[in-house]
Amino acid sequence: MKQIYFDNAATTRVDSKVIDAMLPYFKDKFGNASSQHFKGKEGKEALDKSREVIAKEINAKSEEIIFTSGGTESNNLALKGLFFSNYPKKDHIITTKIEHDSILNVCRFLEKNNAKITYLDVDNEGFINLEDLKEVITEKTIVVSIIHGNNEIGTIQDLEKIGKICKEKGVLFHTDACQSFTKTKIDVKKQNLDLITLNSHKIHGPKGVGGLFIKNGLQITSLFHGGGHEKKLRSGTENTSGIIGFSKAVEVVNSKDIQKMEKLRDKLINGILKIPNTKLNGHLKKRLCNNINISFNNIEGEAIGGHLENIGIYASTGSACMSNTLETSHVLKALGLSPLESNSSLRISISKYTTNEEVDYILKELPKIVERLRSISPLVN
Amino acid sequence: MALDYSKKVMQNFMHPKNMGEIKNADGIGKVGNPTCGDVMWVYIKVGGKGKKEFLKDVKFKTFGCTAAIATSSMITQLAKGKSFEKAQKITTKDIAKSLKGLPPIKMHCSSLASDALKKAIEDYKNKKVENK
Repeated sequence: MKQIYFDNAATTRVDSKVIDAMLPYFKDKFGNASSQHFKGKEGKEALDKSREVIAKEINAKSEEIIFTSGGTESNNLALKGLFFSNYPKKDHIITTKIEHDSILNVCRFLEKNNAKITYLDVDNEGFINLEDLKEVITEKTIVVSIIHGNNEIGTIQDLEKIGKICKEKGVLFHTDACQSFTKTKIDVKKQNLDLITLNSHKIHGPKGVGGLFIKNGLQITSLFHGGGHEKKLRSGTENTSGIIGFSKAVEVVNSKDIQKMEKLRDKLINGILKIPNTKLNGHLKKRLCNNINISFNNIEGEAIGGHLENIGIYASTGSACMSNTLETSHVLKALGLSPLESNSSLRISISKYTTNEEVDYILKELPKIVERLRSISPLVN
Repeated sequence: MALDYSKKVMQNFMHPKNMGEIKNADGIGKVGNPTCGDVMWVYIKVGGKGKKEFLKDVKFKTFGCTAAIATSSMITQLAKGKSFEKAQKITTKDIAKSLKGLPPIKMHCSSLASDALKKAIEDYKNKKVENK
């Protein structure tokens, strides 16, 4: 059976150019970048080059990028690192109700360590209110941390406007750009960013690699102590092959792929919304080029996903009964969706490898699945 | 979705047995809450008289996940043709066993199914009392 992968917000297939770039760093160029000899130098050169590629992509300087194990570590390092280097002088962090768990759970941990956290509301399309933000910043505020492109609903926040407010109020600005990196323009100067979480496996790079942009001069406390790698901020021998793969993945991104994804995304959205009683979650245009999130009235997203999987299509959903506590998606809840609407949602996330034929196929099959499930739903008259 | 469902669960999910409603059902068992999770309705038609009453037909309608639909399909198959006493004794474990297992996180779906059946029988009994 043909397999169609529509879960690229979870992770992506590694580009073969990326694999080719990585291979030498497992075999011949396996040196430890900290070693003084030639083998070490080979590794160090690779790291330097990778740092340059990634820095350039966000209009930063090479020395402002440190490599980590991925988005979760970068988010941990950013928030914990800032809190522990500012507390008790400052103790306040501002974030939103639609962050990834690697921000929300860090905030909950910090709350137990005397941090004060403000979780901003969002409107029904997932945007924060800039006036709300202005109001909650105090002299005790360390940082404003707001996700760039949301992983569930794809909504893209206006970093430039948020950055301007942070600059005026004199607070730091961090964004989790795991989903948006290379898809939506990031410019640290224009958007006044102080820290950015980046990762590799959402952009056809390997898993287990990420980065954190930290603006020059910023003091943060390290989470890992050891040999003092990565400007003493992240000890541990660098994952040279992974880092090379990460930078290669950035290098091979091109604007045509983004445009193609936008077209296919819009075709999917328009096609699916033709099914009666469906609703798009997030904003129609200000959304990630690869994200589609739709609620189907009166049937569960998980059941739709089960039928799709049966015909070889992999999509994603947060389901009511995935957890014993019957917790629904915190993101959809923040948009104001009822638990029922939230449980009936399906996320389809495409990539540069998604084809028109694949899109046609799901558009042909989905209405049949929805009709079938609705025919046995007690919620349909 | 990355749950380890048995083949039997998938068969019952993809091709559920006894789905839909029974027109003029003798009893309906409605369980679950649309605001927080799965919803299951079980319809029964009663045959026989007095002590020989039995479940002549059992059907369901379910709003829920793969496991909820599969357990609904299974309870109807297990209950059909049985006396009230025997049908009421069908446990969540019986349903899970007939489905060749359910992931632990989905066991609550099978208790929903047995509850729905019990409620449908109660509904029938209550109506009978009211009609007397």
